[in-house]
Amino acid sequence: MRYVQFMKHPLFSRFARISVIAGLALGGVGLLLFTLGISPVDIGVTLARGSILSLQKFGHVLTIWIPLLLCSCGLLFTFRAGLWNIGIEGQVVFGAIAATLLLREENLGLPAAATLILAHILSFIGGGLWAAFAGFLKNRGGVNEIFGGLGLNFVAQGLILWLILGPWKRAGVASMSGTEMFARELWLSTPPGWRLAPAALVIACIAFAATAVLLGATRFGLQIRATGINPTAARLFGIHPGRTGLLAMAIGGGLAGLAGGLQVSCVYHRLLPSISSGYGYLALLVVMLAHYRLRPVPAICLFFACLAAGSIQLPIVLKLDSSLAGVIQGACVVSALLVHGLQKRQRGEL
Amino acid sequence: MIELANISKNFGKVQALQGVSLSAEAGSIHGIVGENGAGKSTLMKILTGFTSRSGGEILCRGKKISLDRPSDAMRFGIGMLYQEPLDFPQLSVLENFMAGEAAFAPGQARADLARLAAAFGFVFHPDNRVETLTVGERQQLELLRLIHGGARLLILDEPTTGISERQQEQLFAALRRLKADGAAILLVSHKLEEIDSLCDTVTVLRHGRVAAAMRCPFDRQALLQAMFDSLPERLSPPQTATGKEPVVEFDRVVVTVGRAGLHEATITVRTGEVVGLAGMDGSGQAVFLKIAGGFLPPESGQIRRFGRTLPNGCGCSRDVAFLPADRLAEGLLPGMTLREHHILAARGHIFLSAATGLAGSRRAIDDFNIKGHPETTAEELSGGNQQRLLLSLIPDEVRLILMENPTRGLDVQSADWTWQQLHRRKAEDGAIIFASPDLEEIMAQATRVVVFYDGRIILDTPTAATDYHEISRAITGEAGTTGPSDEVGRSGLLPD
Repeated sequence: MRYVQFMKHPLFSRFARISVIAGLALGGVGLLLFTLGISPVDIGVTLARGSILSLQKFGHVLTIWIPLLLCSCGLLFTFRAGLWNIGIEGQVVFGAIAATLLLREENLGLPAAATLILAHILSFIGGGLWAAFAGFLKNRGGVNEIFGGLGLNFVAQGLILWLILGPWKRAGVASMSGTEMFARELWLSTPPGWRLAPAALVIACIAFAATAVLLGATRFGLQIRATGINPTAARLFGIHPGRTGLLAMAIGGGLAGLAGGLQVSCVYHRLLPSISSGYGYLALLVVMLAHYRLRPVPAICLFFACLAAGSIQLPIVLKLDSSLAGVIQGACVVSALLVHGLQKRQRGEL
Repeated sequence: MIELANISKNFGKVQALQGVSLSAEAGSIHGIVGENGAGKSTLMKILTGFTSRSGGEILCRGKKISLDRPSDAMRFGIGMLYQEPLDFPQLSVLENFMAGEAAFAPGQARADLARLAAAFGFVFHPDNRVETLTVGERQQLELLRLIHGGARLLILDEPTTGISERQQEQLFAALRRLKADGAAILLVSHKLEEIDSLCDTVTVLRHGRVAAAMRCPFDRQALLQAMFDSLPERLSPPQTATGKEPVVEFDRVVVTVGRAGLHEATITVRTGEVVGLAGMDGSGQAVFLKIAGGFLPPESGQIRRFGRTLPNGCGCSRDVAFLPADRLAEGLLPGMTLREHHILAARGHIFLSAATGLAGSRRAIDDFNIKGHPETTAEELSGGNQQRLLLSLIPDEVRLILMENPTRGLDVQSADWTWQQLHRRKAEDGAIIFASPDLEEIMAQATRVVVFYDGRIILDTPTAATDYHEISRAITGEAGTTGPSDEVGRSGLLPD
């Protein structure tokens, strides 16, 4: 293990570590592309053009960044509590369903703003309850949250299909393309020519700030961490591990649900079968790449969002499949896990 | 046989060992003593190939060897008996005995086990599962396995912790026999009596260096001086009068968890009492403490604390503190700093900043003499300092302190200091209940002794009214003449 000796050096700072991770990932993917006869430079240029090189495209990046950030914040709560919230996809879906429940009603008799606010609160509650159900199954039924969450993901997916093809189907014909569009005044308002709602951006930033405060600067955050580190010892500090874990699940699920709510209210304006766009799973990668720390999360979300937005251009410009973005994202996470693993090994913890 | 020359080891900036040299001769027992954190465990880990050394050399029969992994140590005939037996509880005695052998020959192994066990006077049923054995028996099995595997250098880490008097005698006889057969033995111990009666040579470690090396007979005073910076002051235990108010009451409490469970335990502990729980490992003491702490609900019977019946027999409360035997795994939060521990243990502090709890943590570190600072994490502390940290975390309002092996792994000085703190902490209106495998500790610190045997309370008496003889008889299941009440006597006669 001589070749990782230098990582023990204090000079091997956070910056150097990030460089190594990025170098490993991008170098690996670049080499792969090169051997396939594709120019990595072309890919880079296309991705940049499709994401950050125009204001309008950057707006699109932010519409991806918002749900990704919300889901990642949610996962920070559950990871800190020592829980693997694989059920996050289902929680996004449930939040979207909860918001749609309100937004598709035409004769609610409420002002549009109030309906929108209520819909987002409802999406938080919906996602939270769905996550709490997984937590309840764990506490009371001894069902591991990974398997419970995975099962509930399928249930949520079944439910959304049933709603779209059944009770909430479009007038006349049921279609996989989703429900009827909501009334125009129930869309989160966007500047002309943009798909980004400033309100959603504000909500995401507030959610991130709240996560930072709750996890980093409150007793509650410390209790969540204690539960994750050692539930047996946590009980000696008067912490109820089951209850704390359930609360972490509920908050995490709530944030995921909010992401789902924003997907219907400001991106699609209707309920779609693929409303989560896989952002829940992608957020799992974000948090792992951030090594379960809070601070790197917004930047990593932005990077991943750029890749996702930019990759839409790949089939158009280079006749390549857009799943290349997933390859790059995956390579980053594997590299990060590798570097952290090697460092841990170096310290003698493995 | 094995010689260590100038061994050093550093973990990051921490120098755990510095220029340590010693040699283990064939046919002799070499003692290694030292305060907590003196470097004993690190040295043993290097010898068994679990940790790599940062400097120095290891020589086996004059030849330089490298010990990079445990299998290397095995190859050179180095075998270690760990404080916690390193076996496979779900497997049978025979399967454990065969573990690590290249050839699979159960018939041969069965015969070898019978032969070795007979030679040392141990009794095993080869097909019993190891989880049904006592710690002492598991240790005997480990010893046989190591000898069978060809170990010529045996390292024993605190081998008499948690085993019975009789098992201790058997162990010592076995060690003397092995020595006569030409084995080299390294004995790590806190108990100077053991060192006196067994060892030919002794090495004293202090702060990671060799503080002294002596030959038998040892000068006890010189040994103590080498171990500690200054000699500890002995203190006599305070004999507080027992109050009237019940602190914790058990009324025919029954559980079936653990090896022996708990059978209809009925007992009332009153204010001012220090109750020492004695008995073989797993006779019901640990279960008793867990129930008293509210961490385990009884299956039948009732439990009252401070006169209140616990709902469902379970529930943590802020006036009860529990100090588990395995401090890092059950009592502390590895990865969290001392400051964070103190924040969690104290009331208030809803919102936190980098300065929150800093003053309180500093005060606790000073008061409890913890070798660390507020931003040290729990796992960076040595065993003794972890116990000090646990003590410092007990909130002021606690009136019932429950402890498993309160001074396990502590040297004499730290143990005395710990008890001093405990007696100080136990206000007039509180009580302490502790389990200890060390009868001396119970006799010195407790005002009342309760002996468990097979999940039953077999003896319950004031310390002043009993003696070692009666207690050790009770531990082995012989009901004393003065101790047990009629009730216990009757239940002993009834068929189950």
